[in-house]
Amino acid sequence: MSDVKQQVTLTINGQPVTAEIEPRLLLVHFIREVANLTGTHIGCDTTSCGACAVLVNGIPAKSCTMFAVQADGAQISTVEGLEQGGALHPVQEGFFQEHGLQCGFCTPGMMMTAVAFLERNPNPTDDEIRQAISGNLCRCTGYVNIVKSIQYAAARMREQQAAPAMATAGSEAAQ
Amino acid sequence: MIPDKFTYLAPTSLPEVWQALQAHPGEAKILAGGQSLIPLMKFRLATPAYVVDLRRVAGLDTLEERNGALVIGAMVRESQLERSDLVRRRYIGAYEASAVVADPLVRNFATIGGNLAHADPANDHPAMMVAMRAQVAAQGPNGQRMIGIDDFLVDTMETSLAPEEVLTAIHIPTPTQHTGSAYVKFERKVGDYAIAAVGAQITLNGDICTQAGIGLTNVGPKAIRATQAEAFLVGKRMTVENVQETARLAAEAAQPGSDLRGPAEYKRKVVRALAARAVRAAADRAFAGGVQ
Repeated sequence: MSDVKQQVTLTINGQPVTAEIEPRLLLVHFIREVANLTGTHIGCDTTSCGACAVLVNGIPAKSCTMFAVQADGAQISTVEGLEQGGALHPVQEGFFQEHGLQCGFCTPGMMMTAVAFLERNPNPTDDEIRQAISGNLCRCTGYVNIVKSIQYAAARMREQQAAPAMATAGSEAAQ
Repeated sequence: MIPDKFTYLAPTSLPEVWQALQAHPGEAKILAGGQSLIPLMKFRLATPAYVVDLRRVAGLDTLEERNGALVIGAMVRESQLERSDLVRRRYIGAYEASAVVADPLVRNFATIGGNLAHADPANDHPAMMVAMRAQVAAQGPNGQRMIGIDDFLVDTMETSLAPEEVLTAIHIPTPTQHTGSAYVKFERKVGDYAIAAVGAQITLNGDICTQAGIGLTNVGPKAIRATQAEAFLVGKRMTVENVQETARLAAEAAQPGSDLRGPAEYKRKVVRALAARAVRAAADRAFAGGVQ
């Protein structure tokens, strides 16, 4: 047994967070209690539900099943980092438009998984979406609207990809 | 749930890993992807005083064919195997096993090395590796040795790794022409451990089976090689009757216990059905040309 603390620095949504922590501190507790970002939820706490999903160096992880010390030096993305400059991320917009949530507890993890998935597969089938979110449990929606939300986001992201010049012009005009 | 306290070590070389293991005999656990170890620690079923993380050790992420084998480094994640064109094309049974381990988020971090070294009979890779006659590369202070999968798997959560040894890679022999493999799993719900699962690898000459490998998941203290079933099929034509007899012998080799996933006799019947499916799927792939 050891009470020795270790200094770690995790970059969460672009902000470095340095702390002295016990090695047994789980990543989800670091995010919620050290970085005070409570958008990441703790659901089952047994590696089943995916409510705690965050991106570690861009890869979806169950943050209840990783020690914060393992993520020392890593880039962490949480739901709080999705909105950029007052504009919702297409995945957030999709969940809003398509009613992809009811109680909302699974939503942050669901969206983080979806964000990473759409980076890899910008034009997915419904079946591929269902496979991709099979580590994220939702007890309200029956998943139908979640799949629709992710399809909505995929379409929006493809549009943005197709017309980057227009999007840039638009955001400059807005400023 | 909060794990018990431990000291975290993240050495950058294998000699440092061995040093850590030798300095704390019986008190240290190797951490790879953590998807089995961390849940055990949270339940306090495992309370290692030292956790030795392999993440900074270079050279454990190989995924390539070399000297007649697919070499999979200990830190290769399940998701990498799942997305590897090479694995999908030439080692389809290993791909199918990877693709049914837990769920996609777990597979982003879980490793095949950990899946084997953890030696849980419910894990999916051990039986497939039995079918594919894989070798485990272990490195310790006294050098490297290759351990056949049957010798590697000793008992429930027990391998033949010496306390100071580290599993560094898995070597799956490159299949010859007209070889096919398959992994067929039956689970209560997506992401669960198998009620039972069967891995098979079949080599054909015409419609005669010349080599057979059959491994069983979660129906005994460790992954089981269905020796009698393999011996029966070799030299036989791939007829419906012969596949059925092979499946019957595979079910006889199973040693299932009764639990929440079903009574023992049910599981034995599941093994019989899955063995027939896995052998048939592997043979179909072998017949279609197998390795390309």
